[in-house]
Amino acid sequence: MFKILEKVVLSPSVNLMKIEAPRVAGKARAGQFLILRVSECGERIPLTVADCDPERGTVTIVFLEVGKTTRLLGSLAAGDGILDVVGPLGNPTEIDSFGRVVCVGGGVGVACIYPICRAFKEAGNEVIGIVGARTKELLFWEDRLREAVNELLITTDDGSYVRQGFVTDVLREVAEREPPPDRVVAVGPLPMMRAVCGMTREFGLKTIVSLNPIMVDGIGMCGACRVTVGGRTRMACVEGPEFDGHEVDFAELAQRLRRYQDMEQESLARFLAECDGQC
Amino acid sequence: MSRREPALRIKDFEEVSPGYTAEEAVAEANRCIQCKEPHCRDGCPVGLDIPTFIGLIAEGRFEAAAAKIREENLLPAVCGRVCPQEAQCEQQCTMGKKYDPVAIGRLERFVGDFELARGKEAPPMAPPSGRRAAVVGSGPGALACAADLARRGHAVTIFESLHKPGGVLTFGIPEFRLPKRVVEAEIEVLRRMDVTIECNVVVGRTVTVDELLEEGFSAVYIGTGAGSPRFPNIPGQNLPGVQSASGFLTRVNLMKAYRFPEYDTPVRVGSRVVVLGGGNVAMDAARTALRLGAEEVRVLYRRSREELPARREEIHHAEEEGVELMLLTAPVCCIGGEDGRINRIECVCCELGDLDESGRRRPIPIPGAGLTVETDNVIVAIGQSPNPLIQRMTAGLETLGRGMIKVDPETGATTKRGVFAGGDVVTGAATVILAMGAGRVAARAIDDYLRGGNDFWE
Repeated sequence: MFKILEKVVLSPSVNLMKIEAPRVAGKARAGQFLILRVSECGERIPLTVADCDPERGTVTIVFLEVGKTTRLLGSLAAGDGILDVVGPLGNPTEIDSFGRVVCVGGGVGVACIYPICRAFKEAGNEVIGIVGARTKELLFWEDRLREAVNELLITTDDGSYVRQGFVTDVLREVAEREPPPDRVVAVGPLPMMRAVCGMTREFGLKTIVSLNPIMVDGIGMCGACRVTVGGRTRMACVEGPEFDGHEVDFAELAQRLRRYQDMEQESLARFLAECDGQC
Repeated sequence: MSRREPALRIKDFEEVSPGYTAEEAVAEANRCIQCKEPHCRDGCPVGLDIPTFIGLIAEGRFEAAAAKIREENLLPAVCGRVCPQEAQCEQQCTMGKKYDPVAIGRLERFVGDFELARGKEAPPMAPPSGRRAAVVGSGPGALACAADLARRGHAVTIFESLHKPGGVLTFGIPEFRLPKRVVEAEIEVLRRMDVTIECNVVVGRTVTVDELLEEGFSAVYIGTGAGSPRFPNIPGQNLPGVQSASGFLTRVNLMKAYRFPEYDTPVRVGSRVVVLGGGNVAMDAARTALRLGAEEVRVLYRRSREELPARREEIHHAEEEGVELMLLTAPVCCIGGEDGRINRIECVCCELGDLDESGRRRPIPIPGAGLTVETDNVIVAIGQSPNPLIQRMTAGLETLGRGMIKVDPETGATTKRGVFAGGDVVTGAATVILAMGAGRVAARAIDDYLRGGNDFWE
């Protein structure tokens, strides 16, 4: 059992949890993820490590409640336990002194870019953070992010906070600045990463994306997470999760992500019926 | 040995046969003529004293038979079920020259099951040596190594990356061929031997080999197996509806997807399944697909029946259950339908040419002899490579081709001081019994090393 030490509701359906997992906490680097299984009949799901505290032996995850497993996880409270937590998995983000780096986060991807921004800044880069949310109340970690970047730019789809638009609108303006960014990192929903890559390709900006395909084991054995990158089959769990976004076959990945959609919905419907709207 | 009807079998995940009754076992054991020069023993990769244990069964001394097997093989209930006996001990059996060979595998299973049913005892252990050893992985080779080290008095910790121990016995081989209660019971014996099993630890990521050595483990055994699926490198291989056999079987065996929605992990099987490959994994995937409700299951193999690497019994069971073998057929490309999912697979017929480096006749595509197979689920079972992580993350650990760890075959010693390896991660995908044999060879060397007798790196 891995104990939940703290739970914070960041916005409707977005939760933060600090989990006691000393081995993972001692090792996790920006860009890596963990896999957890909530209970005996549960699935294994990958979640990005948003932060860790090696001294206290804790890792922080931020997740959106979408399906059964994330809702079940979201129904847990501080003091409860998670059956299995394994990690850190995947390769850490390539951190170097690139110069000017833009980190784009959408949705819960905001939590994923936080440690990446911090690591880039510590490595001496000028870091520009761009975060986007559907609406104001879905935004979180603005203060934390501001400390991890040199400049923070925010958009909301509905214009309820700062400015209306998509992260790509802001990114375009940043791309047109002089000097242009030396590297872009984008983490968020697949359509967002795809749109970011479409835009940065025009400017010839190297863009790294963190992919979120379906996974089971996370150690290179099931092949479920394979993606086509530059015409080659790669396993996101051991060779990724970050790849050159301009080489990723997003259309294929989007199709593969829908592979179990109807069964996932069945599972969720059963769960909601069982808990009678209580979770 | 009684067997369940195929039509009944494909409705559940129970075994084909409940195994011998005591009377049946004694009768079969009495067929053994106790050769003066028992060739069966030469056919066993670990040199099990087969005539002696069979003689004990014939006398009704099942416990003594179990003890005899245990001298060389710690997992008889497993090996009796999954060893390719027809290519090992039973192939050498003198009786087999004129009649059916003595069913050595079934007798071994009988003894193994007998022992488990009685509540298998932990073997006698040497006094504590004060030394600690780490075993990475918990498949058959790792379990054998851990058990032998524990018996020799060393404190052993097994590190397993998944949430359940057993390796391929747990995630790979289906319930109907190897019930998980058998695997769990065997692992329970190890726990009683004070072997610590720590799951959810990915050595190479969660902790490195060097850190284990620094943490006070004086030796590390790597038995991480060959679980990384190979793909044919044909167009369309990443279409939705094309999956690896390891992924498919892991969902079903480890995650219990065959009990969805009671278990949360889904599995999609489709109605017209094509399995690529001809080994045990291919047969396991094909038979699992049938049990999940597939209407048609075809196994595509590019060579002929003679070269099929699967155990003969598995091929027989698969065909009996309705799996269709399409031999001398190689995949060319996977094609998706309008919905983007796999729709059909284009193939080419082959003929056999000269022997290749594996000693089997090479399949040669016949120009113009193409055919199309309609399918909504392709399961790729063309082999596995060693799990790549630990090799990549450990400095000083030399590998040969395809990520196989380089070792001294006499000891299992790798090129890195204090680190040993064995099983599929060294040889490439092979058998349970060979991995166990390698684990035991290494355990002897590790014992020697831990006691300061031999330093293999001097």
